[in-house]
Amino acid sequence: MHVINLAAENANPLIPHTAELIVGAIAFTLLFLVLRSKVVPMFEKAFTARTEAIQGGIERAEKAQLEAQRALAQYNEQLSKAREESQTLREEARAQGVAIIEELRAKAQEEAARITASAHASIEAERQQAITSLRNEVGTIAIELASKIVGEALDDQARQSRVVDRFLDDLEKSK
Amino acid sequence: MPLVHLLRTGEGFVPPSTNDFNLPPVIAGNEYTTKPILLVFLSVLLISVFFIMASRKAAIVPSKLQFAGESIYGFVRNDLARDNIGHDFMRFVPYLFTLFTFILTNNIFGIVPLLQFPAMSHVSFPYVLAIFTFITFHYIGIRKQGIRKYMKDIMFMPGVPKAAYILLTPLELATFFIVRPLTLSLRLFANMFAGHLLLLVFILGGDHLLKGVIGLKLISPFAFAFGIGLTFFEFMVQCLQAYIFTLLTALYIAGALADEH
Repeated sequence: MHVINLAAENANPLIPHTAELIVGAIAFTLLFLVLRSKVVPMFEKAFTARTEAIQGGIERAEKAQLEAQRALAQYNEQLSKAREESQTLREEARAQGVAIIEELRAKAQEEAARITASAHASIEAERQQAITSLRNEVGTIAIELASKIVGEALDDQARQSRVVDRFLDDLEKSK
Repeated sequence: MPLVHLLRTGEGFVPPSTNDFNLPPVIAGNEYTTKPILLVFLSVLLISVFFIMASRKAAIVPSKLQFAGESIYGFVRNDLARDNIGHDFMRFVPYLFTLFTFILTNNIFGIVPLLQFPAMSHVSFPYVLAIFTFITFHYIGIRKQGIRKYMKDIMFMPGVPKAAYILLTPLELATFFIVRPLTLSLRLFANMFAGHLLLLVFILGGDHLLKGVIGLKLISPFAFAFGIGLTFFEFMVQCLQAYIFTLLTALYIAGALADEH
Protein backbone atom coordinates (compact mmCIF):
# COMPACT_ATOMS: atom_id res chain seq x y z
CA MET A 1 0.00 0.00 0.00
CA HIS A 2 2.73 2.36 0.97
CA VAL A 3 4.85 1.36 -1.98
CA ILE A 4 2.10 2.18 -4.40
CA ASN A 5 1.67 5.57 -2.82
CA LEU A 6 5.38 6.16 -3.10
CA ALA A 7 5.33 5.42 -6.80
CA ALA A 8 2.50 7.85 -7.31
CA GLU A 9 4.28 10.55 -5.34
CA ASN A 10 7.52 10.14 -7.25
CA ALA A 11 6.53 12.28 -10.18
CA ASN A 12 8.83 12.06 -13.17
CA PRO A 13 11.15 15.06 -12.83
CA LEU A 14 11.46 15.31 -16.61
CA ILE A 15 7.81 16.24 -17.06
CA PRO A 16 7.45 20.01 -17.03
CA HIS A 17 4.77 21.88 -15.08
CA THR A 18 2.57 24.13 -17.14
CA ALA A 19 2.66 26.90 -14.55
CA GLU A 20 6.43 26.86 -14.47
CA LEU A 21 6.69 26.92 -18.25
CA ILE A 22 4.47 30.01 -18.40
CA VAL A 23 6.23 31.73 -15.53
CA GLY A 24 9.66 30.86 -16.92
CA ALA A 25 8.81 32.30 -20.33
CA ILE A 26 7.27 35.46 -18.89
CA ALA A 27 10.03 36.04 -16.34
CA PHE A 28 12.77 35.49 -18.87
CA THR A 29 11.13 37.74 -21.46
CA LEU A 30 10.62 40.42 -18.84
CA LEU A 31 14.27 40.26 -17.80
CA PHE A 32 15.34 40.28 -21.45
CA LEU A 33 13.30 43.42 -22.17
CA VAL A 34 14.62 45.21 -19.09
CA LEU A 35 18.25 44.34 -19.75
CA ARG A 36 17.99 45.13 -23.46
CA SER A 37 16.35 48.52 -23.04
CA LYS A 38 17.92 49.76 -19.81
CA VAL A 39 21.22 48.03 -19.17
CA VAL A 40 22.91 47.05 -22.44
CA PRO A 41 22.69 50.53 -24.05
CA MET A 42 24.10 52.17 -20.91
CA PHE A 43 27.03 49.77 -20.68
CA GLU A 44 27.69 50.20 -24.38
CA LYS A 45 27.57 53.96 -23.91
CA ALA A 46 30.14 53.71 -21.11
CA PHE A 47 32.37 51.45 -23.24
CA THR A 48 32.17 53.80 -26.22
CA ALA A 49 32.83 56.87 -24.09
CA ARG A 50 35.81 55.17 -22.47
CA THR A 51 37.26 54.05 -25.79
CA GLU A 52 36.81 57.54 -27.17
CA ALA A 53 38.35 59.12 -24.10
CA ILE A 54 41.41 56.91 -24.33
CA GLN A 55 41.73 57.27 -28.08
CA GLY A 56 41.12 61.01 -27.89
CA GLY A 57 43.81 61.32 -25.23
CA ILE A 58 46.31 59.43 -27.33
CA GLU A 59 45.46 61.48 -30.39
CA ARG A 60 45.75 64.73 -28.47
CA ALA A 61 49.13 63.70 -27.08
CA GLU A 62 50.32 62.74 -30.55
CA LYS A 63 49.14 66.03 -31.96
CA ALA A 64 50.86 67.96 -29.17
CA GLN A 65 54.08 66.07 -29.76
CA LEU A 66 53.89 66.74 -33.47
CA GLU A 67 53.26 70.41 -32.77
CA ALA A 68 56.24 70.56 -30.42
CA GLN A 69 58.47 68.90 -32.97
CA ARG A 70 57.35 71.30 -35.65
CA ALA A 71 58.00 74.27 -33.35
CA LEU A 72 61.44 72.93 -32.50
CA ALA A 73 62.30 72.49 -36.16
CA GLN A 74 61.05 75.98 -36.86
CA TYR A 75 63.13 77.48 -34.06
CA ASN A 76 66.21 75.60 -35.19
CA GLU A 77 65.67 76.81 -38.71
CA GLN A 78 65.18 80.37 -37.54
CA LEU A 79 68.29 80.15 -35.41
CA SER A 80 70.45 78.85 -38.22
CA LYS A 81 69.02 81.47 -40.54
CA ALA A 82 69.84 84.19 -38.03
CA ARG A 83 73.37 82.85 -37.67
CA GLU A 84 73.79 82.83 -41.42
CA GLU A 85 72.44 86.31 -41.65
CA SER A 86 74.78 87.64 -38.99
CA GLN A 87 77.68 85.94 -40.76
CA THR A 88 76.72 87.60 -44.03
CA LEU A 89 76.30 90.94 -42.35
CA ARG A 90 79.72 90.69 -40.74
CA GLU A 91 81.34 89.83 -44.01
CA GLU A 92 79.52 92.59 -45.78
CA ALA A 93 80.57 95.08 -43.12
CA ARG A 94 84.15 94.00 -43.42
CA ALA A 95 84.05 94.29 -47.19
CA GLN A 96 82.40 97.65 -46.93
CA GLY A 97 85.06 98.84 -44.49
CA VAL A 98 87.80 97.80 -46.84
CA ALA A 99 86.02 99.51 -49.73
CA ILE A 100 85.58 102.70 -47.73
CA ILE A 101 89.24 102.80 -46.79
CA GLU A 102 90.23 102.20 -50.42
CA GLU A 103 87.93 104.90 -51.62
CA LEU A 104 89.16 107.37 -49.04
CA ARG A 105 92.73 106.63 -49.91
CA ALA A 106 92.05 107.10 -53.62
CA LYS A 107 90.23 110.33 -52.93
CA ALA A 108 93.05 111.61 -50.77
CA GLN A 109 95.61 110.76 -53.43
CA GLU A 110 93.50 112.43 -56.07
CA GLU A 111 93.13 115.49 -53.85
CA ALA A 112 96.81 115.57 -53.24
CA ALA A 113 97.52 115.31 -56.94
CA ARG A 114 95.03 118.05 -57.68
CA ILE A 115 96.50 120.35 -55.06
CA THR A 116 99.97 119.67 -56.40
CA ALA A 117 98.85 120.34 -59.96
CA SER A 118 97.09 123.58 -59.07
CA ALA A 119 100.12 124.71 -57.08
CA HIS A 120 102.32 124.03 -60.10
CA ALA A 121 99.96 125.94 -62.35
CA SER A 122 99.76 128.94 -60.08
CA ILE A 123 103.53 128.99 -59.65
CA GLU A 124 103.95 128.84 -63.41
CA ALA A 125 101.43 131.62 -63.93
CA GLU A 126 103.06 133.79 -61.33
CA ARG A 127 106.45 133.14 -62.89
CA GLN A 128 105.14 134.10 -66.30
CA GLN A 129 103.56 137.18 -64.85
CA ALA A 130 106.77 138.03 -63.06
CA ILE A 131 108.76 137.50 -66.25
CA THR A 132 106.41 139.73 -68.25
CA SER A 133 106.28 142.46 -65.69
CA LEU A 134 109.99 142.19 -65.14
CA ARG A 135 110.64 142.42 -68.81
CA ASN A 136 108.47 145.56 -69.10
CA GLU A 137 109.89 147.18 -66.08
CA VAL A 138 113.47 146.30 -66.91
CA GLY A 139 112.89 147.63 -70.42
CA THR A 140 111.48 150.90 -69.17
CA ILE A 141 114.18 151.34 -66.62
CA ALA A 142 116.88 150.41 -69.07
CA ILE A 143 115.56 152.77 -71.70
CA GLU A 144 115.20 155.54 -69.20
CA LEU A 145 118.69 154.83 -68.09
CA ALA A 146 120.02 154.62 -71.62
CA SER A 147 118.31 157.75 -72.74
CA LYS A 148 119.64 159.53 -69.82
CA ILE A 149 123.04 158.17 -70.55
CA VAL A 150 122.95 158.55 -74.28
CA GLY A 151 120.83 161.61 -74.24
CA GLU A 152 119.15 160.36 -77.17
CA ALA A 153 115.51 160.69 -77.38
CA LEU A 154 114.04 157.51 -78.16
CA ASP A 155 110.53 158.54 -78.71
CA ASP A 156 109.89 156.46 -81.61
CA GLN A 157 108.06 153.40 -80.38
CA ALA A 158 109.49 151.06 -82.91
CA ARG A 159 112.94 152.00 -82.33
CA GLN A 160 112.47 151.94 -78.64
CA SER A 161 111.30 148.33 -78.55
CA ARG A 162 113.98 147.28 -81.03
CA VAL A 163 116.60 148.70 -78.76
CA VAL A 164 115.15 147.00 -75.73
CA ASP A 165 114.94 143.65 -77.45
CA ARG A 166 118.44 143.89 -78.65
CA PHE A 167 119.56 144.76 -75.18
CA LEU A 168 117.74 141.88 -73.65
CA ASP A 169 119.05 139.47 -76.20
CA ASP A 170 122.52 140.59 -75.47
CA LEU A 171 121.75 140.18 -71.85
CA GLU A 172 120.62 136.65 -72.38
CA LYS A 173 123.53 135.84 -74.58
CA SER A 174 125.93 137.08 -72.00
CA LYS A 175 124.25 134.97 -69.38
CA MET B 1 8.94 -6.18 2.54
CA PRO B 2 10.75 -3.98 0.02
CA LEU B 3 13.76 -2.06 1.27
CA VAL B 4 12.38 1.26 0.15
CA HIS B 5 9.28 0.65 2.14
CA LEU B 6 11.32 -0.14 5.21
CA LEU B 7 13.29 3.08 4.94
CA ARG B 8 10.25 5.19 4.30
CA THR B 9 8.37 4.08 7.34
CA GLY B 10 8.94 4.18 11.03
CA GLU B 11 11.92 5.90 12.65
CA GLY B 12 14.40 5.04 9.90
CA PHE B 13 16.24 7.60 7.77
CA VAL B 14 14.20 8.92 4.87
CA PRO B 15 16.60 9.53 1.99
CA PRO B 16 15.89 12.67 -0.03
CA SER B 17 14.00 11.88 -3.21
CA THR B 18 12.53 13.71 -6.16
CA ASN B 19 9.61 14.55 -3.94
CA ASP B 20 11.83 16.97 -2.06
CA PHE B 21 11.80 19.07 -5.20
CA ASN B 22 8.02 19.36 -5.23
CA LEU B 23 7.33 21.68 -2.38
CA PRO B 24 3.77 22.69 -1.67
CA PRO B 25 2.70 26.15 -2.88
CA VAL B 26 3.10 29.03 -0.44
CA ILE B 27 -0.56 29.88 -0.92
CA ALA B 28 -2.33 26.55 -0.70
CA GLY B 29 -3.94 25.46 -3.94
CA ASN B 30 -2.29 28.17 -6.07
CA GLU B 31 0.32 26.47 -8.21
CA TYR B 32 1.79 29.86 -9.22
CA THR B 33 3.11 30.42 -5.71
CA THR B 34 5.55 27.53 -5.44
CA LYS B 35 9.07 28.19 -4.24
CA PRO B 36 10.81 27.92 -7.64
CA ILE B 37 8.32 30.29 -9.27
CA LEU B 38 8.75 32.87 -6.54
CA LEU B 39 12.51 32.47 -6.78
CA VAL B 40 12.43 33.05 -10.54
CA PHE B 41 10.52 36.28 -10.04
CA LEU B 42 12.91 37.27 -7.28
CA SER B 43 15.86 36.64 -9.59
CA VAL B 44 14.34 38.84 -12.30
CA LEU B 45 13.84 41.59 -9.76
CA LEU B 46 17.34 41.30 -8.29
CA ILE B 47 19.10 41.16 -11.68
CA SER B 48 17.11 44.12 -13.02
CA VAL B 49 17.72 46.26 -9.97
CA PHE B 50 21.40 45.39 -9.74
CA PHE B 51 22.20 46.07 -13.37
CA ILE B 52 20.06 49.17 -13.66
CA MET B 53 21.84 50.60 -10.62
CA ALA B 54 25.22 49.56 -11.97
CA SER B 55 24.70 50.94 -15.47
CA ARG B 56 22.66 54.03 -14.65
CA LYS B 57 25.57 56.48 -14.62
CA ALA B 58 27.59 54.90 -17.43
CA ALA B 59 30.63 56.85 -16.25
CA ILE B 60 33.99 56.74 -17.97
CA VAL B 61 35.64 56.12 -14.62
CA PRO B 62 33.35 53.46 -13.09
CA SER B 63 32.28 53.19 -9.48
CA LYS B 64 32.71 49.85 -7.70
CA LEU B 65 29.12 48.92 -8.48
CA GLN B 66 29.43 49.89 -12.12
CA PHE B 67 32.70 48.01 -12.36
CA ALA B 68 31.10 44.86 -10.96
CA GLY B 69 28.21 45.10 -13.41
CA GLU B 70 30.53 45.89 -16.29
CA SER B 71 32.74 42.93 -15.48
CA ILE B 72 29.84 40.50 -15.83
CA TYR B 73 28.45 42.29 -18.88
CA GLY B 74 31.91 42.55 -20.45
CA PHE B 75 32.50 38.84 -19.88
CA VAL B 76 29.32 37.88 -21.74
CA ARG B 77 29.81 40.54 -24.40
CA ASN B 78 33.48 39.93 -25.18
CA ASP B 79 34.35 36.40 -24.15
CA LEU B 80 31.09 34.70 -25.05
CA ALA B 81 29.45 36.80 -27.79
CA ARG B 82 32.27 38.58 -29.61
CA ASP B 83 34.83 35.80 -29.55
CA ASN B 84 32.38 33.18 -30.79
CA ILE B 85 29.97 35.02 -33.05
CA GLY B 86 32.29 37.57 -34.65
CA HIS B 87 31.51 40.88 -36.27
CA ASP B 88 27.70 40.83 -35.96
CA PHE B 89 27.73 39.86 -32.29
CA MET B 90 26.08 42.98 -30.80
CA ARG B 91 22.62 41.85 -31.95
CA PHE B 92 22.81 38.80 -29.67
CA VAL B 93 24.43 40.37 -26.62
CA PRO B 94 21.14 41.26 -24.87
CA TYR B 95 19.86 37.70 -25.25
CA LEU B 96 23.09 36.04 -24.14
CA PHE B 97 23.45 38.50 -21.27
CA THR B 98 19.92 37.75 -20.07
CA LEU B 99 20.51 34.04 -20.41
CA PHE B 100 23.74 34.11 -18.42
CA THR B 101 22.54 36.30 -15.58
CA PHE B 102 19.19 34.52 -15.34
CA ILE B 103 20.69 31.04 -15.13
CA LEU B 104 23.56 32.10 -12.88
CA THR B 105 21.33 33.85 -10.37
CA ASN B 106 18.80 31.05 -10.20
CA ASN B 107 21.56 28.48 -9.86
CA ILE B 108 23.27 30.38 -7.09
CA PHE B 109 19.95 30.57 -5.24
CA GLY B 110 20.63 26.89 -4.58
CA ILE B 111 23.30 27.72 -2.02
CA VAL B 112 22.05 31.08 -0.73
CA PRO B 113 20.93 30.58 2.87
CA LEU B 114 17.16 30.67 3.38
CA LEU B 115 16.46 30.53 -0.37
CA GLN B 116 18.48 27.33 -0.93
CA PHE B 117 16.71 26.08 -3.97
CA PRO B 118 17.96 26.10 -7.57
CA ALA B 119 14.99 26.87 -9.77
CA MET B 120 16.79 25.20 -12.67
CA SER B 121 16.36 21.86 -10.91
CA HIS B 122 12.79 22.11 -12.11
CA VAL B 123 13.08 20.98 -15.69
CA SER B 124 10.42 23.41 -16.94
CA PHE B 125 12.78 26.39 -16.72
CA PRO B 126 15.66 24.80 -18.66
CA TYR B 127 13.07 23.65 -21.21
CA VAL B 128 11.87 27.22 -21.68
CA LEU B 129 15.39 28.54 -22.08
CA ALA B 130 16.34 25.78 -24.50
CA ILE B 131 13.22 26.52 -26.56
CA PHE B 132 14.20 30.21 -26.74
CA THR B 133 17.70 29.29 -27.87
CA PHE B 134 16.29 26.73 -30.31
CA ILE B 135 13.97 29.30 -31.87
CA THR B 136 16.69 31.97 -31.92
CA PHE B 137 19.37 30.05 -33.74
CA HIS B 138 17.01 28.44 -36.27
CA TYR B 139 15.30 31.75 -36.92
CA ILE B 140 18.49 33.69 -37.61
CA GLY B 141 19.87 30.79 -39.70
CA ILE B 142 16.76 30.75 -41.86
CA ARG B 143 16.65 34.53 -42.14
CA LYS B 144 20.32 34.71 -43.07
CA GLN B 145 20.41 31.92 -45.65
CA GLY B 146 16.80 31.27 -46.59
CA ILE B 147 14.93 28.16 -45.51
CA ARG B 148 16.00 26.05 -48.50
CA LYS B 149 19.72 26.62 -48.20
CA TYR B 150 19.58 26.38 -44.42
CA MET B 151 17.85 22.99 -44.51
CA LYS B 152 20.07 21.81 -47.34
CA ASP B 153 23.18 22.68 -45.38
CA ILE B 154 21.90 20.75 -42.37
CA MET B 155 20.72 17.70 -44.28
CA PHE B 156 23.43 17.48 -46.89
CA MET B 157 26.66 18.55 -45.34
CA PRO B 158 28.89 19.78 -48.18
CA GLY B 159 32.15 18.01 -48.96
CA VAL B 160 30.95 14.53 -47.98
CA PRO B 161 30.61 11.48 -50.27
CA LYS B 162 26.98 10.90 -51.34
CA ALA B 163 26.76 7.47 -49.71
CA ALA B 164 27.53 8.99 -46.32
CA TYR B 165 24.26 10.92 -46.43
CA ILE B 166 22.38 7.74 -45.55
CA LEU B 167 24.03 7.96 -42.18
CA LEU B 168 24.68 11.68 -41.88
CA THR B 169 21.33 13.17 -42.84
CA PRO B 170 19.28 11.59 -40.03
CA LEU B 171 22.09 12.25 -37.58
CA GLU B 172 22.37 15.91 -38.53
CA LEU B 173 18.59 16.38 -38.43
CA ALA B 174 18.47 14.78 -35.01
CA THR B 175 21.37 16.92 -33.83
CA PHE B 176 19.86 20.20 -34.90
CA PHE B 177 16.25 19.60 -33.93
CA ILE B 178 16.30 17.16 -31.02
CA VAL B 179 19.70 16.65 -29.46
CA ARG B 180 20.72 20.27 -29.19
CA PRO B 181 17.71 21.63 -27.29
CA LEU B 182 17.39 18.45 -25.27
CA THR B 183 21.01 18.27 -24.11
CA LEU B 184 21.05 21.99 -23.48
CA SER B 185 18.11 21.81 -21.09
CA LEU B 186 18.84 18.41 -19.55
CA ARG B 187 22.48 19.21 -18.82
CA LEU B 188 21.48 22.26 -16.84
CA PHE B 189 18.55 20.54 -15.17
CA ALA B 190 20.45 17.39 -14.23
CA ASN B 191 23.40 19.26 -12.80
CA MET B 192 21.21 21.42 -10.60
CA PHE B 193 19.00 18.53 -9.66
CA ALA B 194 21.87 16.21 -8.74
CA GLY B 195 23.75 18.95 -6.94
CA HIS B 196 20.78 19.82 -4.80
CA LEU B 197 20.10 16.18 -4.07
CA LEU B 198 23.70 15.67 -3.04
CA LEU B 199 23.57 18.58 -0.63
CA LEU B 200 20.32 17.25 0.80
CA VAL B 201 21.84 13.82 1.36
CA PHE B 202 24.75 15.15 3.36
CA ILE B 203 22.92 17.79 5.33
CA LEU B 204 19.81 15.75 6.12
CA GLY B 205 22.06 12.77 6.73
CA GLY B 206 24.20 14.73 9.15
CA ASP B 207 21.07 15.90 10.88
CA HIS B 208 19.77 12.36 11.15
CA LEU B 209 23.06 11.04 12.48
CA LEU B 210 22.90 13.64 15.24
CA LYS B 211 19.73 12.00 16.51
CA GLY B 212 21.33 8.57 16.62
CA VAL B 213 23.42 6.82 19.22
CA ILE B 214 26.67 8.39 20.50
CA GLY B 215 28.82 6.70 17.85
CA LEU B 216 26.71 8.10 15.08
CA LYS B 217 26.70 11.55 16.71
CA LEU B 218 30.49 11.62 16.32
CA ILE B 219 30.24 10.92 12.61
CA SER B 220 27.67 13.63 12.08
CA PRO B 221 30.16 16.58 11.88
CA PHE B 222 31.93 14.85 9.00
CA ALA B 223 28.70 14.68 7.08
CA PHE B 224 28.10 18.38 7.68
CA ALA B 225 31.70 19.23 6.75
CA PHE B 226 31.29 17.30 3.54
CA GLY B 227 28.03 19.11 2.92
CA ILE B 228 29.81 22.45 3.31
CA GLY B 229 32.64 21.34 1.03
CA LEU B 230 30.10 20.25 -1.54
CA THR B 231 28.44 23.65 -1.28
CA PHE B 232 31.62 25.24 -2.61
CA PHE B 233 31.80 22.60 -5.28
CA GLU B 234 28.19 23.32 -6.14
CA PHE B 235 28.98 27.00 -6.50
CA MET B 236 31.55 26.11 -9.12
CA VAL B 237 29.13 23.84 -10.93
CA GLN B 238 26.42 26.52 -10.84
CA CYS B 239 28.70 29.08 -12.46
CA LEU B 240 30.00 26.54 -14.95
CA GLN B 241 26.51 25.49 -16.02
CA ALA B 242 25.43 29.09 -16.60
CA TYR B 243 28.60 29.57 -18.64
CA ILE B 244 28.13 26.39 -20.68
CA PHE B 245 24.49 27.12 -21.51
CA THR B 246 25.38 30.62 -22.72
CA LEU B 247 28.50 29.46 -24.54
CA LEU B 248 26.63 26.73 -26.42
CA THR B 249 23.89 29.19 -27.37
CA ALA B 250 26.55 31.55 -28.72
CA LEU B 251 28.15 28.70 -30.65
CA TYR B 252 24.80 27.61 -32.14
CA ILE B 253 24.12 31.19 -33.21
CA ALA B 254 27.59 31.41 -34.72
CA GLY B 255 26.97 28.15 -36.58
CA ALA B 256 23.67 29.39 -37.95
CA LEU B 257 25.29 32.63 -39.13
CA ALA B 258 28.22 30.85 -40.77
CA ASP B 259 27.86 29.96 -44.43
CA GLU B 260 28.61 26.29 -43.96
CA HIS B 261 28.07 24.10 -40.95
